[in-house]
Amino acid sequence: MASPQMVMYDEEFRQINIVIEKLLREANAKVIFLVDKNGQLISGVGEVERFDTTSLASLTAGNIAATGGLAKLIGEKEFSILFHEGEKDNLHISIVGGRVILVVLFDNRSSLGLVRLRVKKASDELTVIFDGLMQKAEEKEKSGTTDFPFAEITDDDIDNLFS
Amino acid sequence: MSFINYASREINCKIVYYGPGLCGKTTNLQYVYQKTAADAKGKMISLATETERTLFFDFLPLALGEIRGFKTRFHLYTVPGQVFYDASRKLILKGVDGVVFVADSQEERYDANIESLDNLRYNLTEQGYDLDKIPYIIQYNKRDLPNAMPVDELRRDLNPTGVPDFEACAATGEGVFETLKAVAKLILIDLKKGS
Ligand SMILES: Nc1nc2c(ncn2[C@@H]2O[C@H](COP(=O)(O)OP(=O)(O)OP(=O)(O)O)[C@@H](O)[C@H]2O)c(=O)[nH]1
Ligand SMILES: [Mg+2]
Repeated sequence: MASPQMVMYDEEFRQINIVIEKLLREANAKVIFLVDKNGQLISGVGEVERFDTTSLASLTAGNIAATGGLAKLIGEKEFSILFHEGEKDNLHISIVGGRVILVVLFDNRSSLGLVRLRVKKASDELTVIFDGLMQKAEEKEKSGTTDFPFAEITDDDIDNLFS
Repeated sequence: MSFINYASREINCKIVYYGPGLCGKTTNLQYVYQKTAADAKGKMISLATETERTLFFDFLPLALGEIRGFKTRFHLYTVPGQVFYDASRKLILKGVDGVVFVADSQEERYDANIESLDNLRYNLTEQGYDLDKIPYIIQYNKRDLPNAMPVDELRRDLNPTGVPDFEACAATGEGVFETLKAVAKLILIDLKKGS
């Protein structure tokens, strides 16, 4: 496999949510999403119900992938921050720890300056959590102590999915 | 690369439909979308040109059910088949768990199939994947057309390693779910092996 299996555990999930909930308050944002670079939603806080989070995650990842491709073409490593300004709502998209995408949606109750400042701090905290998560996943894999449920999958389980 | 979330008890896998321009990749996803119950699917997103050619990707999220207490989700993507969109195709392949190669059975698309399959293998290698090692299925589409080549010939040239393959007519839906099921199954078996 090209890159290690992406996993999430309860403990880290809680830690991550604490960080992005704090960011939501401090940046006066409407909603915040964490998305994996492959387009899968990791977590979301704020007015999450108002959005189609799955689509949002996929398009965000596509957006980051496309601008990443552009960056390479002009000799940059990547554009680590994207900002989209709308009439009412704005999107601040940034890459955290090289592998996850942090999406902050805010309106005129906040400002780009404030969001940028708070995102920077939150990113550092998230990077530590994700580094730890990677390490933990690798250790679990090496020691063979994963609580991976798939070892017990039967053909019937798989067939039942499509019935 | 699948994503296993122990916190929300979910597993997400990415399936990419690859193949030459106009072979029927988008049509496959549209059919799956039409025939899937509302509670098992999300919105289908198509980033397409004004003439309905895929520009960046189509995306269809499916939540099929649970396995061993884990919600199993598949994210279906198509690539743009037109040759000059190669940079986009590479991006879509990132993090792929399983590939469906949709071949266009028409005689005049023979070269386009071969070229696209070479391109798939090359682009995967660039991302660190080996087509012979990942879950991979072939679909011979457009079987309904009078100029469709015999399956034996297609198989000989497009499927020398004998991966699971299916005949289809995506326009009517024939073979579409068989193809999807087969690749999903290979992905889950692959995950099982990895554990
Ligand atoms: N006769 C017939 N036509 C088909 C079949 N599958 C797809 N088509 C038609 O072929 C055309 C192209 O299909 P698409 O699904 O858009 O092709 P695509 O592979 O997504 O093409 P790109 O986005 O350019 O890569 C459409 O007009 C479809 O209706 C089939 O099985 N039989
Ligand atoms: Mg298409």
